[in-house]
Amino acid sequence: MAINSDVLVIGGGLAGLTSALKAAREGADVRLVSYKQSSLRHASGLVDLLGYTPDGEGPVTDPYAAMGDLHDAHPYQTVGVETVREAMDLFDDVTDYRGDHTDTNALVPTHGGTVKPTARYPTGAAAGLASDDRDVLLVGLESMVDFDAPHAAAHLEAAGVPFDVRGETIRFPGDLQADAKITRYAKLLDTNGEVAVRGRKKGARDALAERVNTVREKEERVGFPAILGDDHTDAVRAALEEKIGADVFEVPMGPPSLPGLRLEDRLFEALDEAGASFETGNPVVDFDADGDRIETVYIEKNGARIPNSADQYVLATGGLVGKGIESDRESVHEPIFDCHIEHGEDRYEWFDGDAFGDHPFASFGVETDETLRPLTASDSVEFENLRAAGSVLGGYDFAAEKSGSGVSIATGYVAGENAAAEAR
Amino acid sequence: MSDAQSPTDFDPVEPNTGEDFEPVDVFPDSNDFDLRPGADSCFKCSVCDTNCPVAEVDDDFPGPKFQGPEQWRLKQTDDDYEIDDSVMSCSNCMRCDNACPSGVPLSQMHNTARGEYVENQMSKTDLEYWRNRILSNYRLSASIASKVPRLATWGMNFGPARWLMEKTMGVTKERDFPEFATQTFREWWAERGGADASRRNAQQRREELGLDRDADKKVAYFHGCYSNYNTVDVAKAMVRVYEHYGYEVVAPEQKCSGTPMFANGMLKDARRHAEVNVSSMSDLVDQGYDAIASCTSCSMALRQEYPELFDIDGIEKVSSNTFEAVEYLRIHEDVKEDVQEAQVSGELAEEFAYHAPCHARNQGLERQSVELFRDLEGAGIEDVGESCSGISGTYGWKEEKYAKSMDIGEEMFEHMEHAEGEVGMTECPTCAMQMEHGTGYEIRHPLELLEAAIVE
Repeated sequence: MAINSDVLVIGGGLAGLTSALKAAREGADVRLVSYKQSSLRHASGLVDLLGYTPDGEGPVTDPYAAMGDLHDAHPYQTVGVETVREAMDLFDDVTDYRGDHTDTNALVPTHGGTVKPTARYPTGAAAGLASDDRDVLLVGLESMVDFDAPHAAAHLEAAGVPFDVRGETIRFPGDLQADAKITRYAKLLDTNGEVAVRGRKKGARDALAERVNTVREKEERVGFPAILGDDHTDAVRAALEEKIGADVFEVPMGPPSLPGLRLEDRLFEALDEAGASFETGNPVVDFDADGDRIETVYIEKNGARIPNSADQYVLATGGLVGKGIESDRESVHEPIFDCHIEHGEDRYEWFDGDAFGDHPFASFGVETDETLRPLTASDSVEFENLRAAGSVLGGYDFAAEKSGSGVSIATGYVAGENAAAEAR
Repeated sequence: MSDAQSPTDFDPVEPNTGEDFEPVDVFPDSNDFDLRPGADSCFKCSVCDTNCPVAEVDDDFPGPKFQGPEQWRLKQTDDDYEIDDSVMSCSNCMRCDNACPSGVPLSQMHNTARGEYVENQMSKTDLEYWRNRILSNYRLSASIASKVPRLATWGMNFGPARWLMEKTMGVTKERDFPEFATQTFREWWAERGGADASRRNAQQRREELGLDRDADKKVAYFHGCYSNYNTVDVAKAMVRVYEHYGYEVVAPEQKCSGTPMFANGMLKDARRHAEVNVSSMSDLVDQGYDAIASCTSCSMALRQEYPELFDIDGIEKVSSNTFEAVEYLRIHEDVKEDVQEAQVSGELAEEFAYHAPCHARNQGLERQSVELFRDLEGAGIEDVGESCSGISGTYGWKEEKYAKSMDIGEEMFEHMEHAEGEVGMTECPTCAMQMEHGTGYEIRHPLELLEAAIVE
């Protein structure tokens, strides 16, 4: 016996979630299993499609137009540009992200003061776009060294943004410990919890706005590191806007990331609404196959092997960082089903001597047929009921192209759609 | 060139590991579990910190990344390093384990550090030590109380006595002590005929189901302390549900799972209890039984904390054959279909506000009840969100932790108030206490609903 479903998705990142969501909306009984919590809380929360071409040209203005010029093995070419649009419609349907009014990339300032071309961005980042010509005040917090506001402002000016930008560093009211977690700030702002300012108790939102008002000059928009609440971020932002008298936005941060966490929460909620099942916390370690059909996969829990069976499977376990692809000195492999990963025999062929060079390892991953079924070294299908999505796929370098989210959403969508269609 | 100039004879293409290479043993031999690989795996992404319910409400608590890998490294490099006393503010919810992308054994590190702190740095004449010891040995208090259950329930909730307990022992007077059952589960079990009766019931049921009368379906029930002394209906439901599916149940000799002891750093007490549990369970596993727990903290202890903290003969066998009660049925029976076809009426025909215990999360069980019961006719279930209830066993019973415990629980209380139902549901006995304390709702266990749904 086993825990059964029509479709079993392995992996809880953007690709796995999109895949499960699509399959569930197609009417399949879907179950998603993830080794750990979603990798989305490591991500900025921005959703990019294509920011730069594989040759490094960019920022790309229209990602859809640029997709047509990609090489044939690129996942966008496998699924087709029209399908990418359909997949983004699904994403737009379940989130309140901005950017869906145009094909053009938005330019969003990052915590390092660079400008990132991205197709979608959270509502909370909307007032911060670099294409807006209103002046900006960036507010950093003394205890949050990840975001040096004056430094980020100087960087943005050097990048030639069409507005004046200034950075100020303040202390978060309430004398929090220097190592307070982002969730602590978010919780205080979510609940407007009391903080002590010079012996007087005040709501955290009011106290923060007052401090900003002492450093703001005439800037019409004010950017904070992304700590403005978790569950009630819209309310936090609205309250700050009212008290400061300017538009307020969040600057996306590195991990751990609240915008990523909020997106994770939203997508799991959508998955629940679609009637799917899911669990996290333990890895898929093994499987049984009958010929070229996967029959059962096993989740390991402290030595116990929990069988999970489905008609169709989706592999969305991530790439080299997400451990969906592993390597040692001898080889590069996919650890669950041992799907073929093309790589040079000598490991010194896997990287470029230049740190920012064109590294072959960045594009390592499984190759697939047009329905996203992984292929063996001789180009036959590995398993007839297995599809792959997201960064476990080869043929693209998401870090250089800024295409990670888009490829995950588009291939997740296709894998989920095909899996649901095939499920009996 | 920088100061970090590389040696001129070093060739990265042919590393010089072959010649004159003497590996240095940085850390001396020890019988402790080696936590170094775990500490080395931490790349400081701090995602564990986003899971910590304590750090979210209290910035004086430095969070799991510090308590685990950072403190462990400090300890290795400085002989005089003492474990930071903040480790006692960790509630051992273990949520950080589920966050780490590198598989750092955070809760194992916390348990180890806390044990070391209590053993080496806490005064054994301190009231705090004895308060924690008494709280964590709940089984002992409960076994005495159960001799005179009505008197004990009254006495433990008698105002002046509670005032005195708070003043002298630091046990909060804000909470109501749980009611003791007038008949313990084990008394009921013995009166019912014990394992023999269960075998007869199972055999009869197998015949009704068209199975082999002597089919190999047998489980050893780890009921834990709470369903023995307090929520006896949960344990009875477990027995009836399992017999309904043709399983024969045994209730072997057992002590506390150790959960409250781990959380208080009382590792010696925990080990003493674990030895008894492992001994009786491993014998049964050898005979083909699987160990089943109805409390998610008990199953967590047997599955994860035992092999991570103790080296006892048979411990891995027990851990890899332990399951949570509903999980086991999901694997081996068509329980989902049975529930879909069932209907509940009567006392349990309710809308339930369900809270997933933290200890259910790492076992991948946080959605189990919601997903199982969402298609059940006659009852409804709504998840009240991913926040921690805040009580964490003995944590919320401590006078100095009570306010923090309620701050953590606030989000859950609010979600429970907003949920349609006015009856709560959870697998964890102390989460249930907190849910009741914060809302006044009656709290039920999923096994009770499962029994109402499928057992005639």
